[in-house]
Amino acid sequence: MRTFTFERAESLPHAVRLGERTGQGQVNAAAQFLAGGTTLIDLMKLDVLTPTRVIDLDRLRAGNDSIEVAAAGLRLGAFATMSSAAVHRGVLEAYPVIAQSLQLAASAQLRNMATLGGNVLQKTRCTYYRDASWGACNKRTPGSGCAALQGVNRNHAILGVDDTCISQYPGDFAVALVALDAQVELSGPEGPRRIPFVSLHTPLNRQPHIETTLRPGEIITAFSVPPGAWTRRSLYLKVRDRASYEFALSSAAVALDLDGGRVRNVRIGLGGMAYRPWRAAEAEQALTGQPLTERHAEAAAAAALESAKTHGYNDYKPELARRTLVRALLQAKSITFSGENA
Amino acid sequence: MIASCAAFATVGVPALAAAAGEDPQRAPGDPMRVTLNVNGTSQDLSLDVRVTVLDALREHLHLTGTKKGCDQGQCGACTVLIGGQRVLSCLTLAAAAQGKPIDTIEGLAGASGTLHPMQQAFIDQDGFQCGYCTPGQIMSAIACVREGHATTDADIQEYMSGNLCRCAAYPNIVAAIKQARELMHG
Repeated sequence: MRTFTFERAESLPHAVRLGERTGQGQVNAAAQFLAGGTTLIDLMKLDVLTPTRVIDLDRLRAGNDSIEVAAAGLRLGAFATMSSAAVHRGVLEAYPVIAQSLQLAASAQLRNMATLGGNVLQKTRCTYYRDASWGACNKRTPGSGCAALQGVNRNHAILGVDDTCISQYPGDFAVALVALDAQVELSGPEGPRRIPFVSLHTPLNRQPHIETTLRPGEIITAFSVPPGAWTRRSLYLKVRDRASYEFALSSAAVALDLDGGRVRNVRIGLGGMAYRPWRAAEAEQALTGQPLTERHAEAAAAAALESAKTHGYNDYKPELARRTLVRALLQAKSITFSGENA
Repeated sequence: MIASCAAFATVGVPALAAAAGEDPQRAPGDPMRVTLNVNGTSQDLSLDVRVTVLDALREHLHLTGTKKGCDQGQCGACTVLIGGQRVLSCLTLAAAAQGKPIDTIEGLAGASGTLHPMQQAFIDQDGFQCGYCTPGQIMSAIACVREGHATTDADIQEYMSGNLCRCAAYPNIVAAIKQARELMHG
């Protein structure tokens, strides 16, 4: 690990001031905010992230870690830990897809450390990005190429990629947020602002070294999720190489509002497949107004994967994604609530 | 491991002139005065900024019970409790852990040497073979019970998945947690 200066932010305004050099969404900015540290310290040890200033946000936890479920929707303080949100009764009842996306992620220790704000900013698990001895990585070194294109790319993305980068966004929680039209509350040098979650992560657009639309010094303070008839009948289905403590090979966040057997509204996010948290709008359109049968679910899944681009070792992914989504949709359809008949 | 070699090791050596509680580090490379509360004792250290809680415990405080497995947050061998929560000491900077109680395996047994029920249960149930992952398993297991995540075998397996055991003593670890669970509740 390279050395750095360590500063503790005493308050949000102090943190914003200290963080002026956190860059404009760059992967490897000279100044980095430290929250749970599960991504940052790991990648600093690997010499992938090399900040000269680390700004510890620990003292911001108190006051920015509340979780509220109200008629106006769900509000998650960005400094709440993954573990606290995963077991929150209101989240479990009204937004099960969010609780499940957190329960099924990482390990108990990591969930105790990681904040929700840090979680959505976690870096890709691309092995060529994480191993700095590989020269070619456009995310680490713009213009150097992409070793994964011809490499062992079994865990690489098939949606939202181009020939500059096929790294996969590894998170689960963000997939649920993008499906549910979440908003992000930010605090920065120019004051607070609010953006749709879907615009937090930038599309690849041949610029893998720019990952977010965060401005210099900006800190995520909260996520808000609007209410909807679909949030209660929701789930997160995660398919992985081992039963626990593993990133998704494929996952689906599904939220359904049914009118009898027909789909009145559906929200779909896909994980393990894409360059950034992925909303499957084509699948939602294909299903809306249709009866939720296996055949219609398959048609929707086919629509979601139409633009998939594979690179050899990940040729299996489109089929796995389709089957994951079909299973998630049918499982969500069959959810029964206490007090109701199946 | 650069950080553990950069030894400014010593307990009780006055660090840079700085007001109590202030971080004295002025520039990259300067040592910092770091105060850690480990097993109920306050420890003043002068540390390189890169030193993790794991390296502070093992290399500077000579508490080698906490183990370095992967040093990448993947194996759980370095699990300790910080502020009562189980966390990975290898991914926690010592500087960032100031002001919170740190509990390690060395702090579990009573003054007379009586083992914690979880330690005794690992012995009784043969919950380890080589023993390298065991301190992390035990710290994680204690937290698992306290969190209420040790109700069923399936729960224990899920909530202990962050602690790898290459000897695969898993069934015995589950048995140990079930044994200790009853005593910890009582």
